[in-house]
Amino acid sequence: MVQLGTEERPLRVAIVGAGPTGFYTAEQLFKQRQLVVEVDMYERLPTPYGLVRYGVAPDHQKIKSVTAVFDRTARRPNFRFYGNVELGRDISIEDLRRHYHQIVYTTGAQTDRSLGIPGEELRGSHAATEFVAWYNGHPDFRHCQFDLSGERAAVIGVGNVAVDVCRILCRTPEELAKTDIADYALEALRDSKIKEVTMIGRRGPAQAAFTTPEVKELGELDDASVYTPPDEAQLDPLSEEALAESGDRATTRKVEIIQGYTEADSNKARKLILRFMVSPVCFLGDEDGSVGALKLVKNELYRTDAGSLRPRATGEHETLPVDIVFRSIGYTGVPLPGVPFKDSWGVIQNEAGRVIDIQSGEPVCGEYTAGWIKRGATGVIGTNKPDAAETVEAMVEDVAKGRVLEPSHPHVSAARELVASRQPVYFTYEDWLKLDEIEVERGKAEGRPRVKFCTVDEMLNALGKS
Amino acid sequence: MKVKRILATKSGSVITIRPEQPIRDAVALLGTHNIGALVVVAPGSDRPVGIISERDIIRRAAENEGVFSESVKDIMTRELITGMPQDDLISVMHTMTERRFRHLPVVDEGRLIGIISIGDVLKAQRDEYRGEIDTLETQILADEV
Repeated sequence: MVQLGTEERPLRVAIVGAGPTGFYTAEQLFKQRQLVVEVDMYERLPTPYGLVRYGVAPDHQKIKSVTAVFDRTARRPNFRFYGNVELGRDISIEDLRRHYHQIVYTTGAQTDRSLGIPGEELRGSHAATEFVAWYNGHPDFRHCQFDLSGERAAVIGVGNVAVDVCRILCRTPEELAKTDIADYALEALRDSKIKEVTMIGRRGPAQAAFTTPEVKELGELDDASVYTPPDEAQLDPLSEEALAESGDRATTRKVEIIQGYTEADSNKARKLILRFMVSPVCFLGDEDGSVGALKLVKNELYRTDAGSLRPRATGEHETLPVDIVFRSIGYTGVPLPGVPFKDSWGVIQNEAGRVIDIQSGEPVCGEYTAGWIKRGATGVIGTNKPDAAETVEAMVEDVAKGRVLEPSHPHVSAARELVASRQPVYFTYEDWLKLDEIEVERGKAEGRPRVKFCTVDEMLNALGKS
Repeated sequence: MKVKRILATKSGSVITIRPEQPIRDAVALLGTHNIGALVVVAPGSDRPVGIISERDIIRRAAENEGVFSESVKDIMTRELITGMPQDDLISVMHTMTERRFRHLPVVDEGRLIGIISIGDVLKAQRDEYRGEIDTLETQILADEV
């Protein structure tokens, strides 16, 4: 037989998930020199780009500019996009095994980690990831309701997602109206009565996961002031020592910025309070069964054997009255049907990107993973590029060793027919480009980057596909 | 970035050895698995009691050519530093550099769940920086359009 990975017999790869990692994986596959590769990318939503479209905050358009890089990959002749096609709903892993030599799962981390404390499920307690997906117009979250009629919100967590949520809650309607935030979210936030937003971190300013530019931006909001209690902005002796030892300038700068927020500015309509060294112990309910307050415990830090600083509860408690709470302590992955999953960490069981069978501990032939579903939700968008490169390296190595699937129908046309028979209203990349153009056009009239379609039906209608 | 980010993409099994086994076994295991250190566990459990590295063995070999027949427990490092999945990688890297050790067994709720090497830590840190640079570059280039 003709060798695999040549013009006559290209390596056929299915990528499941069209987020940044899916595109970085495709890019790496096209960039390597040994093999001729054809990539078909499957995405359960009609639209590509995953969290760049549905996670990155609407007031951070510059971060979304990375889509230009993905667009270059998508325009390659050996690339096909199949949107609105879901693994487990429209197609199965068995289908993929019949059509491809290799399968890569890049489905990301879609849900929030839970806090595991009492009262978490009370009305008014929300996953920050849902709020983010909702204001970004994710079709699955269109139905969500957030009661913004109270005055006090709390955001638990100090990562960049927590900062995004705080910022969106604190922005004026005028600031938001310039973004591509979902129309219904813009309306809901226009009527928001929130006056005070408290962000809650269990460790100190030096350990906060948010980046320096993110926290600096909080000090530049049109009509919201930012404040940190001086005693919590102050570093404890262990953090002070660790920072001095490490000479880490980025963290030093971040701490300085936070310490610059210790004077309250009362001339602005909203107030954002950054709290450190406190953990929620439980949610306290109102008479009507919704969140009324958070019970917090003051923490102290201790040094672990390996040298990192961890929080430990002291006996000192306080009660923080709140009307709505967003839990933002990290994203976690969702298992795919039939793919080995490490539940405790929310990742696919893998070794450097090769999917590993849990029982045997051996690689599953022809199956790979990359991105957040491989290593957990960490890093910036670009961190997924070296991660995808590692996976592609394993894939190329396995082709050389002949460890690939033996599909009965390894052809572009066979895959297209399969998709068309299971999901007649699938989206091609050309469809997406048309949709993109319409969205951008709709935005022009209002001076916005775009006005998003927020349901699958709207997207289908816009292209006359329904 | 945390220790568990590294363990997420590594094999779940840790290569271990018992204290009374001969160094010959240790050398064979290091060679077979292409690794630099073994966690020493108490017989019949997975409680770590020490660690033995290629460096420990080489140092001993310089003193005693009969090193292969000695027991692991005679050479292993007993003052074992262990990590937790939620340890910050940047602190771990600092500790490994300062205290000059290259392998950190990771324990979760008393159970040995993995081992990370200084090489793993450097690779994760390098990829983190590469990613940040890539993201920043992309944004800067987008501005120029």
